[in-house]
Amino acid sequence: MASNNSIKKTLTVAFALCIVCSVVVASAAVVLRPTQQKNQAQDRMRNLLQVAELYKPGKDIRDLYDELITPRVVNLKTGEYAEDKNPETFNQFEAAKDPAQSITLSGSDDIAGIGRRENYATVYLVGDPDSPDEIIVPVRGQGLWSLMSGYLALKGDGNTVVGLSFYDQGETPGLGGEVDNPKWKALWDGKKIYPEDSMDPAIKLVKGGVGPQTPDAIHKVDALSGATLTSKGVTHLLQFWLSDEGFAEYLARFRDKTQGA
Amino acid sequence: MAAYTPKGVLTTPIFKNNPIALQILGICSALAVTNSMSTSLVMGLAVIAVTAFSSFFVSLIRHQIPSSIRIIVQMTIIASLVIVVDQVLKAYAYEISKQLSVFVGLIITNCIVMGRAEAFAMQNGPVMSFLDGVGNGLGYAVMLLAVGFFRELFGSGSVFGLTILQPVNDGGWYVTNGLLLLPPSAFFVIGLIIWGLRSLNPEQVEENEFKITANTKAKEAV
Repeated sequence: MASNNSIKKTLTVAFALCIVCSVVVASAAVVLRPTQQKNQAQDRMRNLLQVAELYKPGKDIRDLYDELITPRVVNLKTGEYAEDKNPETFNQFEAAKDPAQSITLSGSDDIAGIGRRENYATVYLVGDPDSPDEIIVPVRGQGLWSLMSGYLALKGDGNTVVGLSFYDQGETPGLGGEVDNPKWKALWDGKKIYPEDSMDPAIKLVKGGVGPQTPDAIHKVDALSGATLTSKGVTHLLQFWLSDEGFAEYLARFRDKTQGA
Repeated sequence: MAAYTPKGVLTTPIFKNNPIALQILGICSALAVTNSMSTSLVMGLAVIAVTAFSSFFVSLIRHQIPSSIRIIVQMTIIASLVIVVDQVLKAYAYEISKQLSVFVGLIITNCIVMGRAEAFAMQNGPVMSFLDGVGNGLGYAVMLLAVGFFRELFGSGSVFGLTILQPVNDGGWYVTNGLLLLPPSAFFVIGLIIWGLRSLNPEQVEENEFKITANTKAKEAV
């Protein structure tokens, strides 16, 4: 046993062990990566289908997605499609970290608490890409504990909400975590983002319930009870991503079309 | 110490010498992942796999390990296994691995795994060590499931995601106990389970480390 403690033996064992372990770890990572990436992609597609209320359990997610949804990359500043960017490979969350592809938000501009905003974002169009039935835009912002990331689905008029859904959030279970509650999410259906002829989003969460008598009920959604800060976070992140810092310029093209008609 | 039997090493850690209830090891992950049964189950399985295989491999090379670097050698084996388990979960149980997030990775720091490698696998053969690892992993998993059962049932009104008590939020009658969804509640549940187990097996009760002396200043305040 004493020979085990010689310097030579110690180094040999350490070295051999490191080689074996690194081979095991590396091969696990390489072999399983395709399955993991497929899972991530499927998860994203399912979230998109769910927020657009197109998800049908039992049907293949990939087929449904390919059939119904077209991703496009949008220049947030001009509101135009960026044809030179491939929507399948462009990753706006990577872009948000890259100073060359994003802008720094400071103080009062940064109501959603995200620090940087990418210059291009991926939107998802349901149906005919030229006059879509639904437009799904990614939104994210700070809640009470966590960065909440989700999708907002709008009707083809660029103003009426179909659904809002967060695929990643770490709010208090039972309180802020109720952003995932289907009953609460159902309240969003049919709400309007913008008042007529305005580029400033009016949508917000309000305390105490929203009834037919509430003034401007069309722009208001009942806040989550017991979760004031999460509710504020949801209001802020929507107002940010739908303002002219976000998708207002892009959505305007759909709103003009319908208002003119 | 009596010789170990395969049945003994497999079953003793479940109730008689439970790593959580008696040795009070692995508490932090028991607090974090037990808010639903399904996460508890997957976490339990992950820990069983890691303890069993790390004990097995440590035992296999125990005559080669220089004692000066034995802890590092054990950690390297454990860490590699944890990464493999994490990768497998991401590939085949994506939803659950998202919920477990960092806690799978934190199995590395779970004292049960390291404790078994150092205390058992370094002295015993590979097969026995493997069984000991499975036994201790099971002890951990059983405890997690017990805690998870109470937390999910009273916190969300369901068991394994199936609604048992219809919560008020979904139009039912059951007012969910929000505290049970938060990690600290697991302290209470684990505490109650330890109390129960020690009342059944009084030999588990530790002796007092010191005696509390009688109050010597029993005077009325004037």
